[in-house]
Amino acid sequence: MKKLNYRRDTPSGPGGRRRLLGRAGWRTPVALGGAALALSACNVTDFGMHTGATSQGSDIFHLYQTFIYMAMGVAIVTFGALLYVLLRYGRRKGDGVPRQRHSNVKIEIVYTVIPAIIVAVIFFMTVGTENKVDAVSHNPSLNLTVTGFQWGWRFTYPDGVSVVSQGTNYPQMVLPEGETTKVKLVSQDVVHGFYVPAFNFSRYALPGVTNYFDLTPNKLGTFIGRCSQLCGLYHAEMLFSVRVVTPAQFNAWLSSQGKGATA
Amino acid sequence: MKVEYRVYLGIGVFVLLVTVVYFFWAKEYGGAMMLFGTAGLGILPALYLGWWKRRMDPRPEDVEEATMAESKGAVGAFPDHTIFPFVLGIGAFLTALSLVFGAWTAVIGLSLIVFAATSATLESRRGGAV
Amino acid sequence: MTIAEERSELAHEPDAGGHHGPSGIYKWLTSTDHKVIGKNYMYTSLVFLMIAGAMAMIIRAQLVQPDGHIVSQQMYNELFTIHGSIMLYLFAGPFAFGGFANFILPLQIGAPDMAFPRLNALSYWLYLTGGTTMLMGFFVTGGAAAFGWVSYAPLSSYTNSPGPGPDLWIVAIALTGFSGIFTAVNLVTTAFYLRAPGMTMFRMPIFTWNMVVTGILILIAFPILTAAMVMLYADRHLGTHFFTVAGGGSPVMWQNLFWFFGHPEVYILALPYFGIASEVFPVFAKKPIFGYKGLVFATLAIAGLSTGVWAHHMYTTGTVLLPFFAALSLLIAVPTGIKVFTWIGTLWGGNLQFKTPMLFALGFLVTFTMGGFSGVMLASPPFDFAVHDTYFVVAHFHQVLAGTAVFAGFAGFYYWYPKLTGRMMRESLGKLQFWIAFIAFNMTFIPQYLAGLRGMPRRIPVYLVSDHVTFLNQVSSVGAFLTGFSFLIWLLNLWISWRKPIAAGDNPWDGHTLEWATSSPPPHHNFTSLPPIRSQRPVWDQNHPEYADYNTEHDGTPKKGVEAK
Repeated sequence: MKKLNYRRDTPSGPGGRRRLLGRAGWRTPVALGGAALALSACNVTDFGMHTGATSQGSDIFHLYQTFIYMAMGVAIVTFGALLYVLLRYGRRKGDGVPRQRHSNVKIEIVYTVIPAIIVAVIFFMTVGTENKVDAVSHNPSLNLTVTGFQWGWRFTYPDGVSVVSQGTNYPQMVLPEGETTKVKLVSQDVVHGFYVPAFNFSRYALPGVTNYFDLTPNKLGTFIGRCSQLCGLYHAEMLFSVRVVTPAQFNAWLSSQGKGATA
Repeated sequence: MKVEYRVYLGIGVFVLLVTVVYFFWAKEYGGAMMLFGTAGLGILPALYLGWWKRRMDPRPEDVEEATMAESKGAVGAFPDHTIFPFVLGIGAFLTALSLVFGAWTAVIGLSLIVFAATSATLESRRGGAV
Repeated sequence: MTIAEERSELAHEPDAGGHHGPSGIYKWLTSTDHKVIGKNYMYTSLVFLMIAGAMAMIIRAQLVQPDGHIVSQQMYNELFTIHGSIMLYLFAGPFAFGGFANFILPLQIGAPDMAFPRLNALSYWLYLTGGTTMLMGFFVTGGAAAFGWVSYAPLSSYTNSPGPGPDLWIVAIALTGFSGIFTAVNLVTTAFYLRAPGMTMFRMPIFTWNMVVTGILILIAFPILTAAMVMLYADRHLGTHFFTVAGGGSPVMWQNLFWFFGHPEVYILALPYFGIASEVFPVFAKKPIFGYKGLVFATLAIAGLSTGVWAHHMYTTGTVLLPFFAALSLLIAVPTGIKVFTWIGTLWGGNLQFKTPMLFALGFLVTFTMGGFSGVMLASPPFDFAVHDTYFVVAHFHQVLAGTAVFAGFAGFYYWYPKLTGRMMRESLGKLQFWIAFIAFNMTFIPQYLAGLRGMPRRIPVYLVSDHVTFLNQVSSVGAFLTGFSFLIWLLNLWISWRKPIAAGDNPWDGHTLEWATSSPPPHHNFTSLPPIRSQRPVWDQNHPEYADYNTEHDGTPKKGVEAK
């Protein structure tokens, strides 16, 4: 079992309660600004992103973290070179004509090959993560059907249990922690986007297409979910929440829902 | 013409390669067809330019040492001013609006298009490039 | 082929000797002069920039509060749809390939006009009427189109978006699409057939090269868009089922078609501005561009690759081959990186003159590179899953597209304004505009990256307090208002230069390329005489014979037998 040791001080979703100014709103720019300094301290910083409340989401977060380190390296080289040029050659006065260098094949090859190598590294990291994130289990613990419609969601569990948006009441999707849930995602009308920021994951619900993906939550809690793809007038209010509970609690919840609660 | 030809040919052949890779990897027809068409959009102009390349001596603009005096005659005739593009544009506008507001604007629009296209052609025959 | 075989230094129609054309509004309506049309394009697209910019201000005002009430949700959807549509279809593209290219490209290759002047005029009228059509949407029942600039089916179907507004949007895109196609035909033909003697393809300025490649890309991409619009219209009104599941169609096909246009379109919008930056850097560094051929091949490579990456906008549809599109999308970073390093290489060892155009071009370089980093990340499907359709993407494409079109666009505007009008803009105001715009622009979009990472989706008029993005949005909005303010400085600058002109002279920047060999503004049919073209920088060679390119080795040392000064 994976146990994650990331800071848990990022209240995601409705658990954070109302504040005048979001704490994370203040914290993240500072975190990002101080990120370069924190590099040497081996301090795992989230660079503004959710650390991922599923194993898939955590994988994506790790990929993002690596990307940021690489981007910082490239940025230091690129912006460093630019800054050097501006400071070094920007102070000359007058109209003097500098040396008219117009090419240097060696340097050109260097700045073609090095980005190509970086890109190749990124590609292989991408494929590695992608295979983990995109893998769909053949024998999941739970099969769940998510239906997007204008403007709400329906979560259909086995045994006819289903939770659906009603008016402005956002539906709640309940998932067992540590278990793999295979989600079948469909849309009833237009294109919707099933998006749970804390899971670092989104997938389109497309009319005429059935999408499958796995979610393996590894953190307990309640998270906000929303529609990410513009789907009409009330797109912004097409919200839902995800509550991750222990498997025992999940089974209790499922049986308590019973057939009567079916929408 | 050689470089022009190669630019188009390069794009066409590159996209053709992408098409082949995509087709055999993705096994998906829609995207492969679009890529194939795109390859054609590179290769067809390349064939045209290549055809002319073989039948023409290098033009002054293809010769590094060419002087201004080497070009003889007029580059082409360019009209100074003409009202017909404006009329044609308004005609197209009215015709397009008929798709939204009903057919009546198309009557005016299409008449303007026919009038302007004919007049511009006649004007162009009297001297001037289209 | 008469054009190719017959050429004179002075090209004119039989009656062009003592040009006595019409004047006033009739001149404006009837002119086929590429300079007049180019200016028309430029000023029209700048008006569209102001309109769409004002919409952006409303959008940002709405987002200051989590539950803003500046506009209704319906109005908000209309505003961002038309904001995006105007910026992409009516500003960024036409400003570059209709405005700058029309005006500058014939001058840079020593041509008297565009190859098809009448067609050129027609493109402008289609563009103007197309743009008007798009704005008309706000004045019809049901309002303007409200399905985003990408118009995803089936949201754009008649059932989900009834009324004439969406139809007007479709017609507007079709009209401007044709306008773009005509301009592209003109650009490519002009560059291929109307170059001056000695102006070989590999002596064309980078701007012209980029416009040729842009033209080729337009000819590939725009017909697909127009075809998609016809299908969408047919679905809405003629009972076809291209994009409706019920009739056996496929909504995903819309996305495929749209992005097959849409991704080349991104480069159609960006390449001209790369070209502008590639003109500005050498002139204000007093050096030739570094690695000219590398830059040309990088541009061609971007064009080739851009046709094979459309589905990286569709990673989260679950219907596309992820590794293929990830690989090609990531590969684009290589030629793009070449460009960035080429520009730095051009500045390296130069005598940098921090005039307004140079500042704007540097601003472009910085924002574009930052946007490039996030672009490489987004090319990776797993990361895209996390932030697709969030403000991270919004920030990314604003940094690369708006950063490019605004910063490089204004670099070009300040750089060529003397050539356009024969007048100078005020340097002090220009620099003030730059610094406010640069700081405010980044203040607008860097917080949006963070908002996106926290999970704020795009295209929402309201968000939750518990999203913790309120403060980020407020910073972003303040930045946006300041960016808007910077444009007022530019308008003031224009007004001053109009009221109190300072004569520019023919070549105020010590420019390198042929447009600086003629008067400002250029005469009818552009040139009275052309300097000999012996390198990529004929005007530089003429003004600095001792440093002429044909006398210099690649590393800047004089060729054998040439006395160094």
